[in-house]
Amino acid sequence: MQRDVEQAGETNPPAVVIRADALSKTYQMGDVTVRALNGASFEVRTGEMMSIMGPSGSGKSTLMNILGCLDQATSGTYWLDGTETSKLDDDELASIRNRKIGFVFQQFNLLARTSAVEQVELPLLYAGVSQRRKRALAALDRVGLADRSHHRPTELSGGQQQRVAIARALVGEPAIILADEPTGSLDSRTSEEVIAIFQQLNREGITVVFVTHELDIAEHTRRIIRLTDGRIASDLTIPAEEQRIARTIHAPADSLA
Amino acid sequence: MGFLESVRMALRALGANKLRAALTMLGVIIGVAAVIALMSIGRGIQASIQAQIQALGSNLLFVSSGAQNQGGVRTQAGSAPTLTYEDALAIVDSGRVPEALGVAPESGGFAQVVANGQNTNVRVTGVTPSYEEVRNFHTTVGEFITKDQVDSRSLVAILGANTKTLLFGEGDAIGQTIRVNQQNVAANLRVVGILEPKGSGFGGSQDDIVLVPITTQMTRLNRARTSRGGFTVSSINVQLVDDKVETSTLAVQNIGDLLRERHRVIQDDFTIRSQQDILNTATQITGAITLFLGAVAGISLLVGGIGIMNIMLVSVTERTREIGIRKAIGAKRRDILTQFLIEATVVSVLGGGIGIALGGGGAQLLNGISFGNGQTLNTVVSLDAVLLAFTVSACIGLFFGVYPAVKASRLNPIEALRYE
Repeated sequence: MQRDVEQAGETNPPAVVIRADALSKTYQMGDVTVRALNGASFEVRTGEMMSIMGPSGSGKSTLMNILGCLDQATSGTYWLDGTETSKLDDDELASIRNRKIGFVFQQFNLLARTSAVEQVELPLLYAGVSQRRKRALAALDRVGLADRSHHRPTELSGGQQQRVAIARALVGEPAIILADEPTGSLDSRTSEEVIAIFQQLNREGITVVFVTHELDIAEHTRRIIRLTDGRIASDLTIPAEEQRIARTIHAPADSLA
Repeated sequence: MGFLESVRMALRALGANKLRAALTMLGVIIGVAAVIALMSIGRGIQASIQAQIQALGSNLLFVSSGAQNQGGVRTQAGSAPTLTYEDALAIVDSGRVPEALGVAPESGGFAQVVANGQNTNVRVTGVTPSYEEVRNFHTTVGEFITKDQVDSRSLVAILGANTKTLLFGEGDAIGQTIRVNQQNVAANLRVVGILEPKGSGFGGSQDDIVLVPITTQMTRLNRARTSRGGFTVSSINVQLVDDKVETSTLAVQNIGDLLRERHRVIQDDFTIRSQQDILNTATQITGAITLFLGAVAGISLLVGGIGIMNIMLVSVTERTREIGIRKAIGAKRRDILTQFLIEATVVSVLGGGIGIALGGGGAQLLNGISFGNGQTLNTVVSLDAVLLAFTVSACIGLFFGVYPAVKASRLNPIEALRYE
């Protein structure tokens, strides 16, 4: 299927990394069946930077959980980087999350009492790969935190914590980085810095998917999918000249502290 | 994930709440320390009892009266006097028991002994010269009972170390006279020897005794006779040529045949026990005591294990979010399971290690403590008890860690991430 798509374009467009086909999710709440997702279909190509938007209750979180392989759709198929995920068991999903997805959460979700470099090593630890320390330090360097590698979460500012989380998301060289309200806990100036990092990483070729309800954040991406009542209401591509560019990052670390 | 990584992670998680980890460990520490200390004490008692039995003298058989049928009822050994002095002599003299090297009959009972204005109640035993070798009684001063003294029913006595001190203090006792009152028969005896101290054994202190020639005991002190008119002895110690089991078995058979014939009975009216029998019985009893002590201590180890489970369950709930994060970034069920199992095992193994040190130390402290009867407790911290305690504590960590760990590994990552 992936090959079909690759061959379809005249100019050999980037490969499809996400292919969602009629994804539906229903929950049973007592006697009531809740349809959180109702036939969502879309594709994301390698190197894209896009946002999934929608008010609360729109199925946004459900879609994000399915895209992140934390949950599975009730019906429909979801291909991630060439793997169909609807038939996988818990451990296979864990393995997919480990190798193909980098998560960035609103609440940072760093482990307490664990230094930055050890946080970043964690996905590599579960993947069982070697040279973990070296790769973790390199990832921290990419988000401008090389000099904070041995600080614990309590010794870091919110923006720095989120950058550690980004380093942790990208260290395993995933197919996509999935960011759920990545600036929701940050002030506007720090948000700008964090988004700038995502834009920088995207320029370096990493596929980034934001899940957010803030248009302000979504405008920093080139494509916005809007969800309403579990369906895709619109799928807009923002012209390059209209995309907001966040303030250039990699300012000296002391100015960010 | 590597094992060392897991242990490091477990130690960090425990370090995050040191007081709680220490209290959790305390349960295991107390349990293991109790197991080690009590088993060491049990082993010490066992060793001391075995040593006492061996001190009775080597390769011995003990023949005692009794076990005869009275109206079809088999009575207790020693309850009826059936053995005679002549029986004892016959065991060696008849040549029917080639396994017997020597024979030492004894006869006696408790008697009031008065001397030098002091008096005491001790066991007065009539013996023959062979008693010295057979039962390992040696004099420090003077001579043991001689054959002449036995033949002539001499009025002489040898004092046990305690008896001597009690009656004569530090003074010289040789040549002094003691008065022995046994069953309303009294005799004045001259002290001719003092025994070396032997410590306590079966049937009380072996130093609180008076030895007299067996003929003196039988004719002048306690004139008990059998129904057939022979002078009775309370028991016959038979020394064998070697300590092989076959020798002992043959000797028991031959002595039995001889005595049945002499007593003209079909059913034994005597009991023959080997030193090994006594040793086996004692070992069984002390083994049971040790096991009992260990089991009691084991209960506290079990309670410690439940403490671990309790804390691990609290820990899983507290760290739900952490489990969610780990699952989101790729931890499999097995990874989470291993993490919490290792944490529980680290607690119990650390606790076990400290418990072994404390229990061993406690046993060392108790080592040499006096029982108050001249004997001391020699605790034995045996390797098997240490290994057992260590293995059991590790297993307890695993066992009681399984449920919390499985619970953690089954958490739904979405719900776990949402947990506040």
